[in-house]
Amino acid sequence: MSSPTASRLQTADSVAAVEAAIRLENVSVRYRVPRERIATFKEYAIRRLRRKIVFDEFWALRSVSIGVRSGEVFGVIGRNGAGKSTLLKVVARVLRPTEGRVRVVGRVAPLLELGAGFDWELTGRENVYLNGAILGFKKRDLSTRFSRIIEFSGLREFADAPLRTYSSGMIARLGFAVATDVQPDVLLVDEVLAVGDAEFHRKSTDRILGFSASGATIVLVTHDLPVARALCQRVAWLERGQLMALGAADEVVSVYEESSG
Amino acid sequence: MSELVTYDSAAAHSPSLTELVELFRYRELLSLLVVTIIKTRYKRSTLGALWTLLNPLLNMVVMTIAFSSIFRFSITRYPVYVLSGLIFWNFFAQTTTYAMSAIVWGGSLIKRVYVPRTVFAVATVGNGLVNLGLSLVPLALIMLALKQPVTLAVLFVPVAVLLVAMFSLGVALLMSALAVLFVDVVDMYQIIVQASFFLTPVMYPQEILPAKFIWYLSFNPLYLLLELFRSPLYLGVLPSFETIVGGTLCAVGSLLLGWWFFSREADELAYRI
Repeated sequence: MSSPTASRLQTADSVAAVEAAIRLENVSVRYRVPRERIATFKEYAIRRLRRKIVFDEFWALRSVSIGVRSGEVFGVIGRNGAGKSTLLKVVARVLRPTEGRVRVVGRVAPLLELGAGFDWELTGRENVYLNGAILGFKKRDLSTRFSRIIEFSGLREFADAPLRTYSSGMIARLGFAVATDVQPDVLLVDEVLAVGDAEFHRKSTDRILGFSASGATIVLVTHDLPVARALCQRVAWLERGQLMALGAADEVVSVYEESSG
Repeated sequence: MSELVTYDSAAAHSPSLTELVELFRYRELLSLLVVTIIKTRYKRSTLGALWTLLNPLLNMVVMTIAFSSIFRFSITRYPVYVLSGLIFWNFFAQTTTYAMSAIVWGGSLIKRVYVPRTVFAVATVGNGLVNLGLSLVPLALIMLALKQPVTLAVLFVPVAVLLVAMFSLGVALLMSALAVLFVDVVDMYQIIVQASFFLTPVMYPQEILPAKFIWYLSFNPLYLLLELFRSPLYLGVLPSFETIVGGTLCAVGSLLLGWWFFSREADELAYRI
């Protein structure tokens, strides 16, 4: 299934199984969308009896094979709907691949979208614990790290206010602070670098680069090509679910830029 | 922190077992969710968690006023009868209904991060158990006030509660998986619960049922479980052997079926929510 470009650049990708933090082998993800939306059980039952349910199949990923080396900053680029976020979800164990195999070594921390895993009625403090537990942290560990998390997010005076009084920037800061307080083995970042003010943006970028420096693997999905060039060692380019190119960041980004004119 | 977690999508996969193992690993999230439900439910109301206690009590008062004269000859200490029935019913109806909205709250989450997906239904039942425990206090007071004799059979109540919880969890899992797949399930379920309330002798004595329909009661799981809970409290005797066996079979069967169905659909839920 590899396109010509992919095979040209793939030589740079001879990742031995032992040092790979993430391995995707021929991973395909299929969404099945009923052609006419069947939302109710009644309708489903009637059509099922008449055997008239037709699904449209949509492959968000098609036979994608990628090995991400332990300790590298790996970029994923491509247009909207290319399958970038689906790729992250497969690695984060949110979606089980329809075909193929995914293996991940180490603790994975996803940087969640704004507000996921938070409860609006709870205070910032309570949400730190809730969000931490969602990410699989122990309550005891969280208590010792609580002040550090609040310090990093810069929300000390709001810690006991309910989350519904927070601005979206504040929520994003809190979410980032909880997820990245302890260095994960694999950090999945989906465009969230753009949140918060300039000051927080610098702080969060520094923290991610710090993780990378001390050996964490980082997968970064981005539309921002200069960022991909500057931060990533290697980049994968996805197009309509297929891997178009995989290799050194500079090369792949250049090929991608040429293709999009 | 050196624990090396490795995920392999191709590893031997038994959904039911995986869910169980993961739920145990995420037990801290589970207990936190139970607390969260309690906290958020009443956070903006002045009476707070007191509502949990007041709800069945007010119902009891209403029903006592409405039905005491009707059932005066067949039921002594009607308030004890109806309150113990309502406590049981509220537990079942609220946990199963609430589980369906909990999975929708959790839906935004399980699309973005891995958590064991049974956690929402189990947390709902955990919260229901807390409420049930609390509402036993006013029940005890009323039993005391009406000089209800208490026997050793009361020691069976925890067993009954466990069986009721297992049954409700099974139904909650089944319904919450269905609620994700089809939007009208929530409304359909409301109607079914409402109908079952009247088909089960919660507030009326079973003797008022026509004799030719009495047999149906032994096929109504809710009746069997209600008897397990109410006999030791209201009659002061252990439920009959048949009721214990039947109720246990219903509880275990419901839990196994619900758990199996939910975990089988669990991977699909992230695609569908």
